[in-house]
Amino acid sequence: MSEAAHAHPGLHHQFDSYEQQRQSASLGMWAFLVNEVMFFGGMFLAYAYYRHRYGHEFAAGSHSLDISLGAFNTAVLIGSSLTMALAVRAAQMGRNKAIVAFLIATMVLGSVFLGVKVIEYSDKFEHHHVPGPSFVWHDEAGSGKYAGADPFKIQIYFSLYFAMTGFHALHMIVGIGIMLLMLRPAWKGKWNLDNHNFVEGFGLYWHFVDIVWIFLFPLLYLIGRS
Amino acid sequence: METTLPTAELPERHYLNQGQGIASWLLTKDHKRIAIMYLLGVTFFFLLGGIMAMLIRLELLTPQGDLLEPDTYNRVFTMHGVFMVFFVLLPVVPAILGNFLIPIMIGAKDLAFPKINLLSWYLYMIGGGLTMYAMVRGGVDTGWTFYTPFSSTYSNTHVMATAIGVFINGFSGILTGVNFIVTIHRMRAPGLTWFRLPLFVWGHYATSLIQVLGTPVVAIAIALVGLERLFHLGIFDASRGGDPVLFQHLFWFYSHPAVYIMVLPPMGVISELVAAFSRKPVFGYRIVAYSSIGIAVLGFLVWGHHMFVSGQSVYASVVFSVLTMLVAIPSAIKVFNWSSTLYRGSVSYETPMLYALAFLGLFLIGGLTGVMLATLGFDVYVHDTYFVVAHFHYVMVGGAIVSFLGGLHYWWPKMFGRMYPVFWSKLSALLVFVGFNLTFFPQFIVGYLGMPRRYWQYPAEFQVWNVLSTAGASVLAIGFLLPGCYLLWSLKYGKVAGPNPWGALGLEWTIPSPPPTENFDGVPVVKGEPYDYQTGEEIFGILGKEAHVV
Amino acid sequence: MSGIPFFPHAASSVAREVDTIYFIWLSVSAFFTCLIVAMIIYFMVRFKRKSEDQVGVEAHGSAMLEIAWSGIPLLICLAMFAYGTKVFFDISKPPANAVEYFVTGKQWMWKIQHPTGVREINDLHVPVGVPIKLTMTSEDVIHSFFLPPFRVKQDVLPGRYTTVWFRADRVGQYHLFCAEYCGAEHSRMIGTIYVMPVTEYQAWLSGGTPGKPPIQQGQELFATMACNTCHMNGPASRGPDLHGVFGSEVQLASGRAIHADEAYLRESILEPTAKVVSGFEPLMPTYQGQLTEEQLSSLIAYIKSLPKKSEAGQQAVVKPAPVKGGEG
Repeated sequence: MSEAAHAHPGLHHQFDSYEQQRQSASLGMWAFLVNEVMFFGGMFLAYAYYRHRYGHEFAAGSHSLDISLGAFNTAVLIGSSLTMALAVRAAQMGRNKAIVAFLIATMVLGSVFLGVKVIEYSDKFEHHHVPGPSFVWHDEAGSGKYAGADPFKIQIYFSLYFAMTGFHALHMIVGIGIMLLMLRPAWKGKWNLDNHNFVEGFGLYWHFVDIVWIFLFPLLYLIGRS
Repeated sequence: METTLPTAELPERHYLNQGQGIASWLLTKDHKRIAIMYLLGVTFFFLLGGIMAMLIRLELLTPQGDLLEPDTYNRVFTMHGVFMVFFVLLPVVPAILGNFLIPIMIGAKDLAFPKINLLSWYLYMIGGGLTMYAMVRGGVDTGWTFYTPFSSTYSNTHVMATAIGVFINGFSGILTGVNFIVTIHRMRAPGLTWFRLPLFVWGHYATSLIQVLGTPVVAIAIALVGLERLFHLGIFDASRGGDPVLFQHLFWFYSHPAVYIMVLPPMGVISELVAAFSRKPVFGYRIVAYSSIGIAVLGFLVWGHHMFVSGQSVYASVVFSVLTMLVAIPSAIKVFNWSSTLYRGSVSYETPMLYALAFLGLFLIGGLTGVMLATLGFDVYVHDTYFVVAHFHYVMVGGAIVSFLGGLHYWWPKMFGRMYPVFWSKLSALLVFVGFNLTFFPQFIVGYLGMPRRYWQYPAEFQVWNVLSTAGASVLAIGFLLPGCYLLWSLKYGKVAGPNPWGALGLEWTIPSPPPTENFDGVPVVKGEPYDYQTGEEIFGILGKEAHVV
Repeated sequence: MSGIPFFPHAASSVAREVDTIYFIWLSVSAFFTCLIVAMIIYFMVRFKRKSEDQVGVEAHGSAMLEIAWSGIPLLICLAMFAYGTKVFFDISKPPANAVEYFVTGKQWMWKIQHPTGVREINDLHVPVGVPIKLTMTSEDVIHSFFLPPFRVKQDVLPGRYTTVWFRADRVGQYHLFCAEYCGAEHSRMIGTIYVMPVTEYQAWLSGGTPGKPPIQQGQELFATMACNTCHMNGPASRGPDLHGVFGSEVQLASGRAIHADEAYLRESILEPTAKVVSGFEPLMPTYQGQLTEEQLSSLIAYIKSLPKKSEAGQQAVVKPAPVKGGEG
């Protein structure tokens, strides 16, 4: 509204002040994340319903996953959250090169996660653990512990496994894509002491994706492993 | 109150002539232009859905099913439902009137995220385009509800393309919802407190909450149906351990609140119309505002009333029944408050007011039959019959479309700066009201006689009511086409309206018609209560200028 | 039937109760519609704008009025909720002495089996005055069995049993519909209900296609599917004895106890390892895909007919008992 506010380089025309713009961006991101919670919430509801009905089969399916790969991926994602937080910090301080460096680090960690996911998925294809007509179930891992688990119901477990981790991976791919687009403006110094909304908002998104995984990991990998 | 002598000419520069050519529209970030683009899109899909509706009514003229093949008929009613629900009823008021008016009503230059607003329009058109592609390739026959396992396993029509289209369109609605929430929270003009907001804005705020909380759930449900078809997941497939009823829960968790997405903004429109044409505040302003939020919240707790005969637990049905009764109360409150607003008002019978009265009549019948359907023993009989079909048309068409037409006639002079012919517009309001009742009232009767919905042929004794319904549909079609003709005519030949043709109060009536791209010449301030016709004091001003009146 | 139909036939006491709900609601609706429309028209005429710049008289609301017009509709709604729920419970709970029919829906026909074994397709012959319970399932998509003269309907689901019941009290022919959209020929998945005097029904039964009663069919299946090798071999058998199992509490290996109903029996045939009875190994192979829905129904009917061991001795004797009488 005042001339000084209009002079702010990052101010969009529809806002009166940069403070208003910053608050709007933040509220918008939170509202979007609420929507994302509901999106994954639908799948978590289906998971809860079927796990209640088919607990034995879910444990059997869970046991066939590689827990060390899952744990490794969890560590990788937590690491990427750290580098993302550092990127936001760098943006708040206007250190262009540091933003770029931390964004690249986040992307590398994200790609490592996706790479491990590819290994896990291809393992499922090899073992015919992909739901559908070619699904085959041998109780190889459990050595009789899960004898009598119904292959039909184990397919439900794997259906949910692929749906949930698939949509999670999709969110990571979108995130890495956005980070690629952020590299150039970061290098050119678009974000600085008083213009770092976008990086903050994206940071929230990336942390949200991490948090989803923090729920997915125990729900999918750790059933009945006490 | 200022006198409203219409100025003879349109303002020199306004949002319609700032930038020429198709690119200036397709790349615009102006909420007003995006609203006009939605108007074109929604009109197109409405015509498409309307043609399907006429095909349905023609087919049902005779009991034998002799016009279409059964397969074709199933595709026609499915595409009618998909186009009308997802591409007409959901966006019609928020994306057109809401987009155009919310920034102006709260004294902002634009929505908080103009680029995302444009993205929403593109998502809407891409979703609509994919659904059209499915239609051209042969259509889809699952019913708009996509019930599993029919949709996931048995149907061999273009379910995938339609599902992706609906999914993408869902994100258009979510982004619009986020945009409205942030705009209403953060961009209100100085002095415009929550309880000085026009009720139109309240209605849209409530709807946006539902969009953000509900739409993702139906998105994931439909995405899972798509995954079942593509990758043979078995989540909803009983032959592989899945549960088809789970889909119904996920679907209705959104799709019942979606009904309130369709009627809350129209309720906001009606509040504006009733206040403007009685020239007094809406009776019980706060109650009406709170009831919008009440409907939005309670609306999330009643989805199971679509499933009384689905095999869900008897006790769940009892709970859903009583909650549904409760959600009827805020709607009843609104109807009583609107009617009471007329008391000691200065009531005029302009076209928008006639539409508002038509809305009141239709919504009353839609609402009363709604609580009838919530009554458990009764619903078991009429569930999936034409009684339900008639009920939701009364609520959704009588609610959303009729109030949209009222709103369009009210704000048309604001949008384009010109008036439409009085006689023809009043005739259209009359035809819509009469035609609508003639079309859908017989369906209550034939529904109670036991005629199931989605029937391509039917026992002969139901014919007389179906003939009546088809006759009414022809009247209704004329009623809907008529505004299309004279509104287009008015764009060029209509009398210039001036900034405030109705003598109404509201920030939108303080700026020129059509408004300039940046809406306001400065930062508006709000100094008084909404709809304060009586005191005669200036409610609106411009920051730093004295008593600015256009 | 001549003239314009306004109102459907009612052929059961439940149907007349549903009609009562309908009439009460119609009166309430008519009252409120007339009240509000009259109010609006009166205000429109009385307070018509007189001059171009006339404004309304301020009235900001009234707490008393708001309470009245939320409270009164609320009370009416709650009263109707109570009545509707009472009727709903009547509809949901079949009487204990109901005669059980099996209904299988498939695209696009209804297959109905009487307790005597008589089968019919898309027709339903029932005796007047006798409570009849339909146990229903679907072979493919969701259907819905809709009996307009009795004002009842129930979705018919794949992989699950649902029930609906009625007691016809008026002889006649009525429509029978599928109410849940199920594909191309949905509107041809219809038929006729024949409500007949008991003697006529008996005559019709004896003239109908003689089929074996479901219990007898189930008994034969029990033998041909070799169920008896594990389940009827005395104390040393590999599977639990099924005498009197229906309706009893079964102790499972998981430590849980379960009420043995149709759904449990069905699951144990199709997915034997889902709930293993305590003290037995999960050895039984699945019969998924090997039995039609009708064969399943008759197997279950047979198992339900098996009396408790103490009363039946060692031999599995089938008495032509009423379907429900198995626990006897």
